Amino acid sequence: MRPVSANSSSGDLFKHAVLAVGSIFILLPFAVMIATSFKSPADIASGALRLFPTEYHGFANYAEALSATPLLRYMANGVIVTASIFALQLLVALPCAYALAKLKWRGRDTVFGLILFCLLIPPHAVAIPVYVLFYWLGILDSYTSLILPWTISVFGIFLMRQFFKTVPDDLIDAARMDGISEFGIVWRVMLPTALPAVTAFGIFSIIAHWNDYFWPLIVLSSEDYYTPPLGVATFRTAEVGYVFGPLMAAATIIIAPLVLTFLLAQRRFIEGITFTGMK
Amino acid sequence: MADITLSPDRLQRTQTPATRRRASLRNFKAQGLAWMLALPALFLMAMLLLGPLLAVVVLSFTDYSLGNASLDWRGLDNYQAMLGDDIFYKSISNTLVYVGIVVPGSLLLGLGAALLIESLTRGKAFWRAVYFLPVMATLIAMAIVWEFMMSARFGIIPQTLALLGFPAKNWLQETATALPVLCIIGIWQSLGFNMVLFMAGLSGIPRTLYEALELDGGSSAWTRFWTITWPMLAPVTMFVVIITAIRSFQVFDTVHVLTKGGPNNATMVLIYQIYQEGFDFFRSSYAAALTVVFLVFIFILTVIKARTIENKVHYS
Repeated sequence: MRPVSANSSSGDLFKHAVLAVGSIFILLPFAVMIATSFKSPADIASGALRLFPTEYHGFANYAEALSATPLLRYMANGVIVTASIFALQLLVALPCAYALAKLKWRGRDTVFGLILFCLLIPPHAVAIPVYVLFYWLGILDSYTSLILPWTISVFGIFLMRQFFKTVPDDLIDAARMDGISEFGIVWRVMLPTALPAVTAFGIFSIIAHWNDYFWPLIVLSSEDYYTPPLGVATFRTAEVGYVFGPLMAAATIIIAPLVLTFLLAQRRFIEGITFTGMK
Repeated sequence: MADITLSPDRLQRTQTPATRRRASLRNFKAQGLAWMLALPALFLMAMLLLGPLLAVVVLSFTDYSLGNASLDWRGLDNYQAMLGDDIFYKSISNTLVYVGIVVPGSLLLGLGAALLIESLTRGKAFWRAVYFLPVMATLIAMAIVWEFMMSARFGIIPQTLALLGFPAKNWLQETATALPVLCIIGIWQSLGFNMVLFMAGLSGIPRTLYEALELDGGSSAWTRFWTITWPMLAPVTMFVVIITAIRSFQVFDTVHVLTKGGPNNATMVLIYQIYQEGFDFFRSSYAAALTVVFLVFIFILTVIKARTIENKVHYS
């Protein structure tokens, strides 16, 4: 919608005001979190409605957050798990998507139908049997148990198949003329042309798995494999009587990687979310 | 043609038996190759999605509990137990209340934000980033921040409300208000996502429509919204309703961290009950039966969503 009225600047001013009021609701938790992470216990206990600390306690809080629980270890686990999941998702999904989009074979429509059906299955629904399976395989409480269930992304296959459909056939024919194998075509021709879709899917996948709480909560029992969400939840219960300063510092550290990346590459993130969200 | 199988007309042109044999051999290899490419995905799909889906339905008719070496067929026992389970009724009704509040709440606020931001001349990217921020932030970490803001003694929310004359209570620990507080957190977290989808929908409306309306004398924002924006957004709106409903049905994180289903089961929801039965009490078969109920709800919503996507094609 274009502003049509001549006094659009005063209209804009009003809109900015409304958005600013609304943003109080949105930003309040972030403001409280960051402000509290710099406050001393006495400051917090006073319960006074104050944004800035009376005495700076930031260093102590962040040091406590990093030493009371192995927060950096949890972050490293988060990176290992999300990166492995995304890499394996691509490894499994791209060849399948290529076969579905560009090759003609008996059974293709049935396979695609199965994928559409699998899109309907919410992850919570298969949690119990997968847990039982992992229990009998003896792989609970490991990186494998965190990564394996997500290596198959039917959504990823669907998304990439739709994108591959739009890649011109000439490109593939030319690659075949050059003697590139079908496997080679997937990685050397399709992947580079599909980079925007792969990026969008990556953003979607990384947000989902960095923030996931349900599955790690179920399969893990030892802290060695904890991912950031479990880590911050443990921090809360581990600290006797809720030491809020370090707790808020821990929360800040855990949300920082994704939030900062988002702020730096805002447009790409929003495009990616729109692209994957509308499917 | 990128299809590796040869097209029929080319086969007819080269009708000697030798070439035909060679062609069918190539075809056979191409078929095998296609299956090879799809095989890892198919194997994992069977192991991790289709098999477990079947297993959850089968388990719901048994008495299996985790660790047992054997199981017995129990027919509809679990479902019968469910009908007599007060907590089950509570979790169904709480889940529906949660969905019923979060869906319209995050839809209207998301739409409002999208309309306001899209109509700005400056500062679009800034406000979009602000409103999208909660989507990016790890919900568990932010739930803990909300809990702190709610705490009776130091929380900013009870302290502010106390200035207005309300009792300084932790609203998360009150039976009447715990679920509404979780709904507010749910709306806070999801409205930015809906906003982004609405913005995409808005940018797809041809500007000529607004120009035509203006020529017809309809220039107030009100008329423009109801005659063009709202009807043109209908498919996106429907889509947003369904995906927000599906997500809200799966509410778990905030419940687990903030209330554990309490007080007095006031925030007991379906996924949380499944979690408790399956992973706290290890009553796997009963948890499986609850999962089947959950699946029925999700399937209905997803079928509606698939229909909506089909309809959307007509608009683009």
